[in-house]
Amino acid sequence: MKNVKVCILRTAGINCDQETAFAFSKAGSQAELVHSNDFIRQKNSLSDYQILALPGGFSYGDDIASGKVFANELKYKLEEELVRFIADGKLIIGICNGFQVLVKSGLLPGNSTFEQEASLIINDSGKFEARWVYLKNSGKCAWTRNMPEVIYLPVAHGEGKFMVKDKSVFNRLKANKQIIFRYGSAQGEPSGYPDNPNGSLDDIAGICDRTGRILGLMPHPERHIAPSQHPRWFNLKNKKEGDGLEIFRNGVEYIKKNL
Amino acid sequence: MLYKIEVRDKPGIFDAVAGAVKGDILDFGIKAVKGVRFIQVYNITGDLAKEEVEKICAALLTDRICQDYSINPAPEKKLKDKFIVEVAYNPGVMDPVEESTLKGISDLGIVGAESVKTAKKYIIQGNLSASQLKTICDKLLYNKLIQHIVKPDAPGHKTGNFGYQFNLSSVGLLGASAKKLLALSKKGQLFLNLNEMQAIRDYFRALKRNPTDCELETIAQTWSEHCSHKTFRGKIKYTEKIKRAKTKLIDGLLKATIMKVTQELNKPWCVSVFKDNAGIIRFDELYNICFKVETHNHPSALEPFGGANTGIGGVIRDPLGTGLGARPFLNTDIFCFGPPDYPFSKLPAGALHPKRVMKGVVSGVRDYGNKMGIPTVNGAILFHEKFIGNPLVYCGTAGIMPRDKSFKKVSAGDLVVVVGGRTGRDGIHGATFSSGELTHESETLSSGAVQIGNPIQEKKMLDTILQARDKNLYSAITDCGAGGLSSACGEMAAELGARIDLDKVPLKYSGLSYMEIWISESQERMVLAAPQEKIGALLEVFENENVEASVIGEFTNTKKLELYYKDNLVCNLDMDFLHNGLPKTVKQAVYTAAKHREPKIKCPQDLTPALIKLLAHYDICSKESVIRRYDHEVQGGSILKPLVGVDNDGPSDASIVQPVLGSAKGVIVSNGINFRYGFIDPYWMAASCIDEALRQIISVGGALKQVAILDNFCWGSPDKPDRLGALVRCAQGCYATALGFGTPFISGKDSLYNEYSVHGRSRAIPGTLLISAISVMDDVRKAVSMYAKKAGNLIYAVGQTFEELGGSHYYDLSGAIGNSVPKVNVKKAKFIFDILSKASAKGLVRSMHDCSEGGLGVALAEMAFSGGLGINVFLSSVPYAGERRNDYVLFSASNSRFIVEVEKEKKE
Repeated sequence: MKNVKVCILRTAGINCDQETAFAFSKAGSQAELVHSNDFIRQKNSLSDYQILALPGGFSYGDDIASGKVFANELKYKLEEELVRFIADGKLIIGICNGFQVLVKSGLLPGNSTFEQEASLIINDSGKFEARWVYLKNSGKCAWTRNMPEVIYLPVAHGEGKFMVKDKSVFNRLKANKQIIFRYGSAQGEPSGYPDNPNGSLDDIAGICDRTGRILGLMPHPERHIAPSQHPRWFNLKNKKEGDGLEIFRNGVEYIKKNL
Repeated sequence: MLYKIEVRDKPGIFDAVAGAVKGDILDFGIKAVKGVRFIQVYNITGDLAKEEVEKICAALLTDRICQDYSINPAPEKKLKDKFIVEVAYNPGVMDPVEESTLKGISDLGIVGAESVKTAKKYIIQGNLSASQLKTICDKLLYNKLIQHIVKPDAPGHKTGNFGYQFNLSSVGLLGASAKKLLALSKKGQLFLNLNEMQAIRDYFRALKRNPTDCELETIAQTWSEHCSHKTFRGKIKYTEKIKRAKTKLIDGLLKATIMKVTQELNKPWCVSVFKDNAGIIRFDELYNICFKVETHNHPSALEPFGGANTGIGGVIRDPLGTGLGARPFLNTDIFCFGPPDYPFSKLPAGALHPKRVMKGVVSGVRDYGNKMGIPTVNGAILFHEKFIGNPLVYCGTAGIMPRDKSFKKVSAGDLVVVVGGRTGRDGIHGATFSSGELTHESETLSSGAVQIGNPIQEKKMLDTILQARDKNLYSAITDCGAGGLSSACGEMAAELGARIDLDKVPLKYSGLSYMEIWISESQERMVLAAPQEKIGALLEVFENENVEASVIGEFTNTKKLELYYKDNLVCNLDMDFLHNGLPKTVKQAVYTAAKHREPKIKCPQDLTPALIKLLAHYDICSKESVIRRYDHEVQGGSILKPLVGVDNDGPSDASIVQPVLGSAKGVIVSNGINFRYGFIDPYWMAASCIDEALRQIISVGGALKQVAILDNFCWGSPDKPDRLGALVRCAQGCYATALGFGTPFISGKDSLYNEYSVHGRSRAIPGTLLISAISVMDDVRKAVSMYAKKAGNLIYAVGQTFEELGGSHYYDLSGAIGNSVPKVNVKKAKFIFDILSKASAKGLVRSMHDCSEGGLGVALAEMAFSGGLGINVFLSSVPYAGERRNDYVLFSASNSRFIVEVEKEKKE
C-alpha cells in the first residue's frame, strides 16, 4: 500500500490530536482528524483507514477514571468496527490518554473478550506531573523496530501507574514480550522516582498486544519529532530528528510493506 | 428512585488521594491522625432496574482491577476514633462529573438515569478532638461556598430544581431621595455611587416610569468598574508631592499614558489594539497572534480552586472571542500570595490560609489549563504578608488566527446565538462584586459570585467554534465573562440594538428568573452573531460534536436593548444611555514620595550565607514543584521550556513556543513584576517591570524590534486619593519607559478595589503592576538558554551595576525596604539590548541569564547549578558605580543587566 491513511480519533477533551497528526504526516502518511461521532453516526467509516491513533488529552474530562468513558464508548458503540479493523491486520497506537483508553477498553494487553486485565491509576505522587523520561526499549512490536535502546520523551499525566489484575497477566506480558517501554536512567537501568514518574509496576511505560500491532504508551512520542523539542538541544546541535519520529515511521512503513 | 453507590480502592492498593489528605492533615500539626481512606460516592436518580444499576457500577463507575463498589451501603459503623466526613456540592453548583457519567450510562444502553450527583467521603482514623475534626473539615475537605457536609442520616442529595413563576418587578426610583438611592444601590449590591444612581433616576424620570430590576442590573453591570474601567477612563485631579506639590487634571489616564505610547509609536505590525478582547499583532504572512492577561483575585480569595479555575477558563475565552476567534497556544500564570508559613493564629477573620490559597490556585490552573490542552509555559510566584486575604491571580493566554479572521462585524438581522454551557444560578453579581472591596463577610454575602469550571465543555466549544470560523459561518463573536449575557450582548449590540428572548436560553435547571438568566456568569459560554442564511450550517457544526447552540434573538437597528421573557418585555433601554450615560466623576489622587528606613548592614566577610538565604527566599527559590504540575509541552511547540539545564531544573528567563509546527518562527513570552519597588516609587516599579520583561526576551535570543506588552494593574481602592496617586505615578512610569524602548501596549486590564477589610478596617494590597511581553522570533534556532554550557568558557557581566538595593531581596533578608530603588536608563538599556540581540543572532552567545531578584549573585548561582558547572568570577571586574562593597556588587538589583557565556575563541 502506498497511501497510508491514519485516523486520529477525537472526542470531547482530546487535545494532542494536531501534533499527533503532524507526526504521522512527517512519517509519510495522510493523517485525518475524525470525531468519534462521525463513526457512531456513520458519516465516516473506520475501514477506510489503516492506522487508528488514539491521541492524548482528557477524554470526557477523565471523569470517573482516566479514559474510562471513552473506552466504554468504543466498546459499546464501535466494537464491531474495531474487531474488524484488528482482524484486518491494521495498526493501533494509543498515547497517554489513548493508552488509558486501550487498557480500560480491554484492547490492551488484549484478549478475545474485551475484558479489562490491567489499569493505569493515580501516580504514587498523587499529582499530575510533566517531565522528560528515559525509556528502555524491548519486546516485539511493529511500532518499535530499529529503535535505539534508550529514547527520551516527555510524560504529562496524573494517572499513569500501570498495574495488572493478577500475577498471571504480568507473567503473560513478559512471556509474550509485550512490555515495550520501561522507565529508567539515561542508561536504561531501573532507577525509581522521578525517572519512573508514577510508580508503575516493573517500570512499565508502554505495552503492546500479543500481535505486536497495538501499542499503548504513557510518554508522548509526538512531542519529540523535531530535534529542537529536546530540552537540551542547545548542546545537541547535530541531532537530526526527535526520538519519537521513528515510532510513527515504523507504523507507516509496516502498513506500506504488509497491507 | 435514588441509588447511592460507593467506590473504594481494594485492600492493598495505595490510595494516593487519601495519602495526600493525610499529609495535609499532618501539615496542620494534627499528629493524632492515624489513617485516611477515600471513597467516591455517586448518587444516581432515575427509573433503573437493579440489574441496570449493577451494570452501571461494574462496567462504568468501578475500575475492577483496583476498586470495589457497593450499592446503597449500610451507614458506616460508628466506632471510636473513626470519623466519617462526606462532602457534596451545594444545590445549584455545577457538578462537572454529572454530564460524562450520564453519557457513560447511556452508552451502556441504559436510558432511565435522570441525574448524577457526586460526593467525596473520607474516613479519618485517629484520636481527634471535635475542634481538630472541625479544622480538618473547614480548612481542608470542603469550602462552604460550594459544598456542604452530608448529615449521616440525610435522605440523599438535595436537588437544585425549584419552580419559577414569572413576575415582573420594578424598582421605585423615580421619587427616591439621595439617601434612598444609596440604600437601593447597597441593597441590590449594585456598587453604584450617588452620582450614577441620580443619572439613572433622571433617565427614567424622562421616560416617566420606574426601571425593572433587570434594567437597573444591566446598567449597574455595564457601568461597573470591572466592565467600564471608569477610573482609567474618567477624570483625575492629580497632585504630586515629591519636592514641591504640583497638581494637574488628567482626562482619561489610559488615553494619557498607556494608549498614548501605542499611538505615538504607531507600529505597522500592531493589527488591533485596545478594541477587542485581546490585542492583536502580526505573526507572519498567514497568521496574526493575540494576547490577553486577566486577573481573578476576588473569586480566588474566597474559593482558590474555583476562582483560579474559572480565571484561566475566562482568559482562554478572550483570544477565542478576539476577531473571529483565535486558537489558544500558550498560557501564563503569575500569582502573589501571603507567606506559606504564616501562623494560623495571626490570620485575619474570614481569610483563608495562604498555603491553602496557593494549593487551590495551582490546582485550579493545572486542572483547566491541562484539560484545555494549552501549555502553561511562563509565570512567577511572589509572596508578601500584604497578600493575605487578597491574593493576586493573573492568567494570560495567547492565540493565533489566520490574518483574515482578525476583525468582526455585527449586522442588523444577524441572529444572536449562545454556544456552550447551559446557564445556571452560578456567578450572579461577579462584575459588581469585583468592583468592591473584600470584607470578612464577603464569603457569606457574595457566595453566588464563586463558581467552578468545566474545562471539557470549553474544549468542545473551542474545537467547534474554530471549525465554524474556518467555514465562515458567523460574523462576530465574544465571550460571556463578567456580566454574562448582559455584558456580551450589550457590547455586541452597542451600535445597533438587539431583541432577545430570555426564555430561549438553555438552562441547567428550572427556576431561574428572567433577570438571573440575563446576568448569570455561568462559565463556558460564547455569543455569536450569525447571518440568517448560515444558521443551519452553523448549528450543524455544533451538533456534530455534542455542543449546545441556541438562537436567542436578533440584532436590530433600533438602538435599543429589548429583552423579553415569554413575550413579556422585561427590559427596554437605549443603547446610547447604557454605553455613554455614565457620568464622568472627578477622582482625587495624591502621590507623596515615600521615605523608608535605610538599613544598617555591614558587609559580611563571607557572602555565602547571604547567597544561600537569598536562594531560599520564597520569591527566588525553585518553583519546579509547581511548574511540573502544568503540561508545558502539549501542542508540541515548546522550544525553550520553563525549566532547562542538565537536570531540567534551571529557571528559564522566558519561554519560546512555535505556534505553527514545522515553521521556524516562534513566539517569546515573558513577564516583569516586582511590587517591592512600588513601596518606594511606583514610577520606577513600572520602569523596572518593563525592563525586566524586555531583558528576558533579550536573554533568550530575542530582539526589541517586535515586542508588544500588556499592562495589568492590581491596586487598592481608587476612591482613596493615596492609592490612586500611586496608580497615576505608576502609569506615568509605563508611558515614559515603554515609549523609550519603542514597545507598544496592545491590551491591558485593571483590577482595583483589592483591599481586605475586617470590621471596617481596610488594608490595601501593595499596588502591583504586571508587564507581560510577547514577541515574534524569526528563527527559533537562534534561541539562547540560561544554563552554563561548558567549563572554560568566559563569563561577562553586561550592563552597569549601581548601588541600588532599595526594595531588593538582600534588604528584605533584614526586613528593610530602603530608598535606593533601581532605575532604568532607557537609552543605555536599549543600546545594550540591541548589541546582545545581534550577538545572539550571530551565534556568539552560549548562554545568557538576566539579573533580577538577588542580582548577580543569584543569576550566577542559577546558571552554574543548572549547567552542572562551577563559576569563577571577580567582583572587582564588575562594572559598578557607587560605594564598592562586595555585598552591594553581588546583590544590587540594578536593571538592564545580563550574565553572558562566550567561548574563548569567540571573544573578539
